[in-house]
Amino acid sequence: MASEAAPIFDTDELVLNMGPQHPSTHGVLRVVLRLDGERVVDADVVIGYIHRGIEKLSENRDWTQIILLTDRMDYVAAATNNLGYCETVEKLMEVEVPRRARYLRTILAELQRIASHCLWLGTHAMDIGAMTVFLYAFRERELILDLFEDYCGARLTYNSMRIGGLPLDIPAGWDTKARAFCDVMEVKISEYEELLTNNRIWLQRTREIGVISAADAIGLGLCGPPLRGSGVFRDVRKDEPYAAYDEFEFDVPLGTKGDTYDRYLIRLEEFRQSIRIIRQALDGLPEGPIMGKVPRLIKPKAGETYHAIESPKGELGYFIVSDGRSTNPYRFRVRPPSFCNLQGLRPLVIGHLVADVVALIGTIDVVIGEVDR
Amino acid sequence: MIETVVIPLLKIAVLLNAILVSVTFMTLLERKVIAWAQSRLGPMRVGPYGVLQAIADPIKLILKEDITPARCDRMMFTLAPILSLVPALVVFSVVPFGGDALFYITDINVGLLFVISVTSIGVYGIILAGWASNSKYPLLAGLRASAQLISYEIAVTMTLVSVILTAGTLSMVGIVESQQEAGLWYGFVQPVAFVLVLIGGLAETNRAPFDMPEAEQELTGGFHTEYSGMRFALFFLAEYANMIVISAVVTVLFWGGWLRPFPSVDALVFLDFIPGWTWFFAKMFVFLYLFIWIRATLPRYRYDQLMRIGWKVLIPIAIVNIVVTGIVKVVL
Repeated sequence: MASEAAPIFDTDELVLNMGPQHPSTHGVLRVVLRLDGERVVDADVVIGYIHRGIEKLSENRDWTQIILLTDRMDYVAAATNNLGYCETVEKLMEVEVPRRARYLRTILAELQRIASHCLWLGTHAMDIGAMTVFLYAFRERELILDLFEDYCGARLTYNSMRIGGLPLDIPAGWDTKARAFCDVMEVKISEYEELLTNNRIWLQRTREIGVISAADAIGLGLCGPPLRGSGVFRDVRKDEPYAAYDEFEFDVPLGTKGDTYDRYLIRLEEFRQSIRIIRQALDGLPEGPIMGKVPRLIKPKAGETYHAIESPKGELGYFIVSDGRSTNPYRFRVRPPSFCNLQGLRPLVIGHLVADVVALIGTIDVVIGEVDR
Repeated sequence: MIETVVIPLLKIAVLLNAILVSVTFMTLLERKVIAWAQSRLGPMRVGPYGVLQAIADPIKLILKEDITPARCDRMMFTLAPILSLVPALVVFSVVPFGGDALFYITDINVGLLFVISVTSIGVYGIILAGWASNSKYPLLAGLRASAQLISYEIAVTMTLVSVILTAGTLSMVGIVESQQEAGLWYGFVQPVAFVLVLIGGLAETNRAPFDMPEAEQELTGGFHTEYSGMRFALFFLAEYANMIVISAVVTVLFWGGWLRPFPSVDALVFLDFIPGWTWFFAKMFVFLYLFIWIRATLPRYRYDQLMRIGWKVLIPIAIVNIVVTGIVKVVL
């Protein structure tokens, strides 16, 4: 045809503002979608709605006070945030942490991983419409919160670690309760799997959705399950062991296709591996002190350090500079896994439908508190 | 006069009240059943075991402020909820709850056709609501609803043709009576058709796993995002009334309506002391329960996947079913 006929219908793209108040953007994430019908042409991820300036705030707090600020970053995995910070400062001060404390830290971190993954599984399944899994997963998360409450009194923001060790030893009988939880959890994982893993609708909604190749995943700086879902072996627990991870046996599940289903399978396998680690740690829990030799006034010598741990969401790193004179860090910077993984959202959603957008926000597992800090 | 006006009007009044009351209790049933599936208790505060929740909810909705968004199409905005509730209620005029003329309002000779036509009007309510809200999420929901309508209505209607072929009548009473003559519920004669109608019924009522037009997690409530108060309640009533309609239609077409189990087995004749409408409601309840059960269990389809199922799976099966039914009918 020589000339293109004028379109009969209005063919403008629809700009849809998803969030910051939307049931599936997990907090206050805002995604501005450009839609052709229901197909996403472009997406703009807007963050910053709960930026509290934790990094800057930390530069004006003394070293111990910062621990409770780290609680507020990834608030569904506060213990791993505590762990990452405390280990960074210990590295800076060259403090030796007693073995018992390192074991207990490992147990707490792995319990926290299960709790965080429970929350992820529940909300992810809910986003795809399977609402029963949500309540099942929260039921088990509750047991972990109970364990944490027994340990430190808090259920969400634990403030559960100190520089050089732990503030408290576990109460009597706590290890038996933790072991009982492992037994319960093992059964419940298969309950989740029964509802989802071989469900036709679940397969159709997650397979081939949000495929990301290994090269792209590395290029985007993804970490944690989204990176391993694409088949890249990177787990800080194995590569640069911290706490007591070098003493335990566990596997790192890897995906092959890099789609949403692979990432789902990986996290489910991580449940099992976490239980395995907790059991080993409880079996071999050494006696001894829980606090290392730390000066009363914490004041690391001048220098800088970076230390990363494997949080449930991925690689959580702290970069801290101390000037050696004041009782607060000169520079405090966090490498939050959620923030880095959120980079992957735009390339993931382009070309998919609106219904997939919520599934993809779910699959990268972001906590906005950690993205914005 | 009494025969033609008063008695039908009385029947209509009783039926409407019965439906609307049962709809409010359906919401309670749904919340309870889903709660049990999810190891919760569900509503427990209002009355013993929360049974009065079904009354507290409508009162709350009536008392709430009814917001009309600025710059919406006011007339359509009000019309939409009415348009989705009324057809659902109208369908009951041809549903026979029992064999006696007392138990149905009317028996027209094109009963099934009437059911199909009236139920498909209901979706206009959703499309109009999406359009009139002047908001993007409801608009997307309206688009989804129309796509969904085209995909499943054709399949369901074609499937019903095979039932009509088997029964040789379009009258709802006639279909049950022909099941009595055949001594067999059509669920056993036409199992494929039954499954197709059930799937189509789920889609028709916007129930999980086909609840795309109201997908809360994607479209923040879909077509009723902008609705509140009683107008929202009307949509709610419509959804549950539609569930009851589909259960009733499936019961009539495939599970022998008011007939007792195994109507041809004389050994079970003692079961006749149970009135027919009890059987009817018991069967209907099974399907209502099934709908809720499915909602508690399954994730949601994407709307392109629903269309694929509709066009590539349901319609071909429905056509083959018609052909097979026709051949069997001619040969036998």
